[in-house]
Amino acid sequence: MAEAIRIQVNGEQRGCRADATVGDLLRELAIKTERVAVELNLEILDRKDFDHRSLKQGDRVEILSFIGGGAPVDAQDKGRGFVHAE
Amino acid sequence: MQNDRLIIAGRELTSRLWVGTGKYKDFAETKKAIEVSGADVVTVAVRRVNITDRSKENLLDYLDPKKYTILPNTAGCYNVEDAVRYARLARAAGVSDMIKLEVLGDERTLFPDTAGLIEAARILVKEGFIVLPYTNDDPIVAQKLVDIGCPAVMPLAAPIGSGLGIRNPYNLKIIMEMIKVPIIVDAGVGTASDAALAMELGADAVLMNTAIAGAQDPIAMAEAMKYAVYAGRLAYKAGRIPRKLYATASSPIEGML
Repeated sequence: MAEAIRIQVNGEQRGCRADATVGDLLRELAIKTERVAVELNLEILDRKDFDHRSLKQGDRVEILSFIGGGAPVDAQDKGRGFVHAE
Repeated sequence: MQNDRLIIAGRELTSRLWVGTGKYKDFAETKKAIEVSGADVVTVAVRRVNITDRSKENLLDYLDPKKYTILPNTAGCYNVEDAVRYARLARAAGVSDMIKLEVLGDERTLFPDTAGLIEAARILVKEGFIVLPYTNDDPIVAQKLVDIGCPAVMPLAAPIGSGLGIRNPYNLKIIMEMIKVPIIVDAGVGTASDAALAMELGADAVLMNTAIAGAQDPIAMAEAMKYAVYAGRLAYKAGRIPRKLYATASSPIEGML
């Protein structure tokens, strides 16, 4: 078994296998790859690369999808934030 | 109005009412309201997937992308960098190259930051996006957005979610006369007459969310909006009579005793 590493997924710390790919992570989280976007350390990945991009210690992964929204972005909608690009 | 088609960037759309998908009680209500409204363009936001609770349903399980044009937005973005980032993420998530571009300037009014909007639009158009910008009711800014390459512009009627209706019909009218691409009046509609007025002014479509989702009976309001947009469009095409200060008799004088 490969050594465990720590990564950040959607702002939360979690462990994962040292040889895991982005595709492995999505499968572990039971997230279907259709209609999600994945950002690895601020780089948006092509869906076809999910299984080729391996994760390393300290990586920051953002997994996004579509939710209800329209004209309004009212005060309750501030929970938008992922970490801004510095 | 069978041949009254709305075409944006080569895409033919059948409905002139566009709706947002936020603020509904649940997905079932969202779906029902959209069905009743007859809208075929629906806007969605891009947000983090909930990774701790995977039991949560996905909105797109309720909206068939074959049936609807799913229009992602950059709602909640207050600067160019964020708006561009969200637009790219929306495209990567894979429904289309279309983006409803919002760059907001202020949390209280949610008015667009038009300088930021123009800058973000320029970047995204270069990257091949079909950019539909949410803008102020400013004809000059609207023209600049068209010059950059936006295939439609979306001026507001009033602040988002305010329900104030069309605050500046004259500016909107000027935009409709000046701008040669489709105009979608976006945000601020409160009730059916507001939507009808937007269409009577010559809007090509109206986009709304809160006016339907926030109504006491969203499904009934969705239906009201469908007819309002349809009636407003018919009236615009029919050509209204000029306003006059004094009466003009409808019945002939001839033959009176």
